[in-house]
Amino acid sequence: MPDLSSLWLTARLAFVTTLVLLIIGTPLAWWLAQTRSRFKPAIEAIVALPLVLPPTVLGFYLLIAMSPNSWLGGFWMQATGDTLSFSFASLVIGSVIYSFPFMIQPLQAAFEGPVKQAMQTAASLRASPVDAFVSVAMPMSARGFVTAIVLSFAHTLGEFGVVLMVGGNIPDRTRVASIEIYENVETLNYADAHSLSLILLVVSFLTLLSVFAFNRKFPAHVRL
Amino acid sequence: MFRDIVINPFFFICFFLSVASLTAACSGPNENSAATIAVATNFKTTLEHLESDFEARSGHTIDIVSGSTGKLYAQIINGAPYDVFLAADQARPERLVAEGQAVPMSRFTYAVGILALWSPTDPDVTPDTLIETDITRLALANPDLAPYGLAAAQLLERLRLDEQLRPKFVFGENVGQTFAFIRTGNAQIGFVSAAQVLALPENTEGSAWFVPPQLHDPISQDAVLLSRGEANAAARAFLTYLKSDPAREIIRRSGYESD
Repeated sequence: MPDLSSLWLTARLAFVTTLVLLIIGTPLAWWLAQTRSRFKPAIEAIVALPLVLPPTVLGFYLLIAMSPNSWLGGFWMQATGDTLSFSFASLVIGSVIYSFPFMIQPLQAAFEGPVKQAMQTAASLRASPVDAFVSVAMPMSARGFVTAIVLSFAHTLGEFGVVLMVGGNIPDRTRVASIEIYENVETLNYADAHSLSLILLVVSFLTLLSVFAFNRKFPAHVRL
Repeated sequence: MFRDIVINPFFFICFFLSVASLTAACSGPNENSAATIAVATNFKTTLEHLESDFEARSGHTIDIVSGSTGKLYAQIINGAPYDVFLAADQARPERLVAEGQAVPMSRFTYAVGILALWSPTDPDVTPDTLIETDITRLALANPDLAPYGLAAAQLLERLRLDEQLRPKFVFGENVGQTFAFIRTGNAQIGFVSAAQVLALPENTEGSAWFVPPQLHDPISQDAVLLSRGEANAAARAFLTYLKSDPAREIIRRSGYESD
C-alpha cells in the first residue's frame, strides 16, 4: 500500500490554492467583465498565459524569484526566517499562478451578459454595490462559480511540472501525489504507482463529473 | 497544382520508395558507421569531450542521447534505438544483461564518480560547513533515484549528521537539478558531482570539498553494449576506445576516477 500522505498534501494544496484564487480572482474577473479600459486585452492575455506556457518556464522563473537572493525570496526570509523555496507556501504561489485562468475565465464569462443589466437595475433601486453583488450577481453566476472552483481544484490536483522544478520533493511539505507517482515509476515501484494513479484518476473523474452534472441542472444564467 | 501533387497516390508511392531506398543505402555495410550512445546526464559533458577525440581517431561517429539512468533503462527495455548505454550506476546495466537486452561480458566500469560538497558563496567549504547554523537548506539528489544522492546519504549517515540535517534536506530529481537548486541560491549548499564543479568557469566564487571516496560506497558507473548494437562497428570501437589511455585521461580530468 502506498504512503497516502502525498494524496492528503495534494488535497490540502488544491483546497488552499482554490481558496486564494477565489479571493483574488473574483474582484479581478468582475473588473475584467465591467471595464472598458484599453489595458483589458493585455490583462486578459496575461491571465491566459499559464494555459500556453510550458511549466518549465514558470518553474524556472519561480525558482529564481523565490531564491533568498531575489526581492521576493529575500522579503520572505526576513519576514518568516525561513526560505520561501521548497516550502508549502511556494507550492501555493506556483499553483495559484498555474491555475489562474481556470478561476478567472469562467467567472468573467459569468459576469458578462445579463448580470450586467441586472446589476444596473439593482443600482437604480438604490441597492449598494456590495449588496447588489452579493444578492444579484453571485446567485446569477452560480454556474460560473461552480465551474471556476471545480476546475481550479482539479487543475491543481493534476499539477506536476512546476512542482517538480521548485518543490524539492520533501515528504509532507512538497511531495505531492503526482511527484510520488513519478518517483515510483522511476524506481520501478509500479505497484504503488498503479494504486496512486488509480486514486487520482477516480478523484479527478468524480470532480469533473460533479461540475458537468451541476451545469446540466442549471442553465448558463439563472434568472431570478 | 499543389493539390494535384498532394492527392496523387503515385506521388506518394514514389516518395516513399525514394526515402526507403535512401535509408537502405545509408545503413548498408559501411566501414565507418554511426552509433547512438545513451548516457546518464552527469557524464554528458565529459562524453562530448570524448566524442571529438574518438571521432578524430576512429572515423566513426556517435550520436548522444542523455537522460537519467532510470529513464534510459525504461526506454531501452521498451525498444529504444540505442547501441551503447553509459549508466550512472552498476545496477541498471547488470539488469539489462540479465534480461537479455545487453551483450553479456561487455559490461565494465568506465568511471567512478567523486562526490563534492559545494557552495557558490562560501570561499572555504569543509565538512564543518554542514553544521553552520545559517544553512537552512541542504540540497542533495534523491537517494532513491540518483547514485550521487545515495552516496551523499551514506556520507551523512557515516558522519552521524543525517538525523540533525534531515529537516534541511531538499531533493533534486538528479544531480543536475540539485546543482541548479544551489546555483540559483535556493539552497546555500549541497552535494553535487566533482565533474559539475570542475566544469564551472574558472573565476567562479565559492568552493567545494571533494569527499574522500572511502566515506561512501563507490559511485561506479558502468557501460554496456546493448543487443541492438552488437553488430555495430562504431559501438564496439567506442567501447574499446573508452578503455584506452587517452579516453581515461579525459575522464580523469573531467572529475572522475578511472583505472
